[in-house]
Amino acid sequence: MLGRDIVRFTLRSVLDRRLRSVLTALGIAVGVTAVVLLTSIGEGLNRYVVEQFTQFGTSTLAINPGKATTFGISPGVLNSVRPLSLEDAEALQRAPHVLNSVPAVSGSASVEARGRERTVNVFAVGPEFDRAFKFDVRLGSFLPADELDRPRPVAVLGATAYEELYGSANPLNDRVRIGGDRYRIVGVMEAKGDMLGIDLDDTVYIPAASGLTLFNREGLHEIDVLYDENAPVDEVVAGIRRILLARHGSEDFTITTQQQMLDVLGSILNVLTVGVAALGGISLLVGGVGIFTIMTIAVRERTGEIGLLRAIGAARSRVSALFLGEAMLLSGFGGAAGLVLGFVVIAVVELVYPAMPVSISLTYVVLSLAVAVLIGLIAGLLPARTASRLEPLEALRTE
Amino acid sequence: MMLLEQICRDFQVGDQIVHALDHVDLSIAAGEYISVMGPSGSGKSTLLNLLGLLDRSTSGTYWLNGKDVSRLPDNELAEQRQLNIGFIFQSFHLIPRLSALENVELPLVLSGETPKQRRERAREVLDAVGLTARVDHRPDQLSGGERQRVAIGRAIVMKPSVLLADEPTGNLDSRSGQEVVDILESLNRDGICLLVVTHDAELGQRARRRLAMHDGKIVGDVRQ
Repeated sequence: MLGRDIVRFTLRSVLDRRLRSVLTALGIAVGVTAVVLLTSIGEGLNRYVVEQFTQFGTSTLAINPGKATTFGISPGVLNSVRPLSLEDAEALQRAPHVLNSVPAVSGSASVEARGRERTVNVFAVGPEFDRAFKFDVRLGSFLPADELDRPRPVAVLGATAYEELYGSANPLNDRVRIGGDRYRIVGVMEAKGDMLGIDLDDTVYIPAASGLTLFNREGLHEIDVLYDENAPVDEVVAGIRRILLARHGSEDFTITTQQQMLDVLGSILNVLTVGVAALGGISLLVGGVGIFTIMTIAVRERTGEIGLLRAIGAARSRVSALFLGEAMLLSGFGGAAGLVLGFVVIAVVELVYPAMPVSISLTYVVLSLAVAVLIGLIAGLLPARTASRLEPLEALRTE
Repeated sequence: MMLLEQICRDFQVGDQIVHALDHVDLSIAAGEYISVMGPSGSGKSTLLNLLGLLDRSTSGTYWLNGKDVSRLPDNELAEQRQLNIGFIFQSFHLIPRLSALENVELPLVLSGETPKQRRERAREVLDAVGLTARVDHRPDQLSGGERQRVAIGRAIVMKPSVLLADEPTGNLDSRSGQEVVDILESLNRDGICLLVVTHDAELGQRARRRLAMHDGKIVGDVRQ
């Protein structure tokens, strides 16, 4: 029997019972749609997060107090840990390839200006912060380059904080109270948007040393380092480690490069994507059960036909191939329809909710189609075996 | 052409063994026209199924065209059926979703014939059974007699040496039955060996050689 005749014969039997075939294929289609949709959301989320983390450039690294072997922010209160100091940050300015070293403490505090009060995020940072993270100043200037440990009490407002407190009035040289202390406004930042849902504009920037006093802390939360993007990362990390080791005597700090952060996030999000793909896979499985049921019924109904095929010379393997082919055709149809349906839904989602991060993952598209056909194969295996095992004489008698 | 030696076919029915064929010896030459008659349960259908390689004997030897086919593996039996034997069933056994032409083509499709050649051959055969105008009709659009003629077409499309017909007119009115018999007999005149199992005495009397069966044995073998 020619290959195309096998295809033609199976196609004829699938098309002969159109409604039943469509319903059976629908089970698989729904499964494939679910996989395509869910993995696209997973993939979209993945890209969204990576974008969020790389918007400040990729050649940055963070130093946190405490030794952590995994990704995570150490509380920095363990006994053996020396806090990261302003002097550490200053010393790192001289490490090889380092462009900027920015000390940072953050928290929230209430800001009072012109009789209004608002609780905002307070970023207590070094004067290089705006250059290191490419934040633009709208009005005035960023924090001045005072001596790190004795800065003047000045503050810079984020865009949202400014609008909420001042509307459109000129805030420069105005006096505000931040957590009880008085500061003079020297600048307003351009809007920057948000990062992972944190509003970067509803903020006030003050000098790092003031932040330590404000939040009553011994050491910094973090030192952010921006390095020359052409420099080898290993060398940069080694230089920083050498300087900090010399100052602290032991490795009581953790250096996390942007790349490491992305890797860890990437692996977490990949697990997420695989997880949702597995959820979609369950509906594929249910579709497979549908095919199994229909094929079992088909073998029963067409017992006479099987007997005839055997009588006119079809070998057992041929009968088996014909029924397997039918099962795979059903799942293949379903898979293709599911892909189309998935793409349509994604297109609609993108149209209706442009902010929703969806991105079609080709790997999962190909994979889900392959799995669909494989499921058809497996679901058809048992009915096809039953069909091929029928004795021609017995089969012919059934009618 | 066909030679049965001491063929037995036993069936287990409950805890009883039924001898459907009991030490049957039979020799059939090419081109014969044979009818097999006998009461129900006499073993005539079993004999036909055995000759058609749809069933296997419990013991004894069956020579088909000089080849011992009594112990062939399943796949080779299928091949022998494909090449040598045409079946005609009481209930036609046409595939309902295929047209008359496609039903006739089916054996050629299974044997791997190319579409062009098999289409030609199938048309030829449908012409021969007088269904030139009905090639694209599906079985449910054909009368009983026409269906059986399609089935005959399918049986002869591979040019087998023998046609085995089990009650070929059993489901037909007398007129279409007569048409079917005419076609079968004309095929026999052209050289094909025809073996008809029937209850119908009138049909049975038409054969040149008439076998009578009773309790699994051939009790009469009359030649004209």
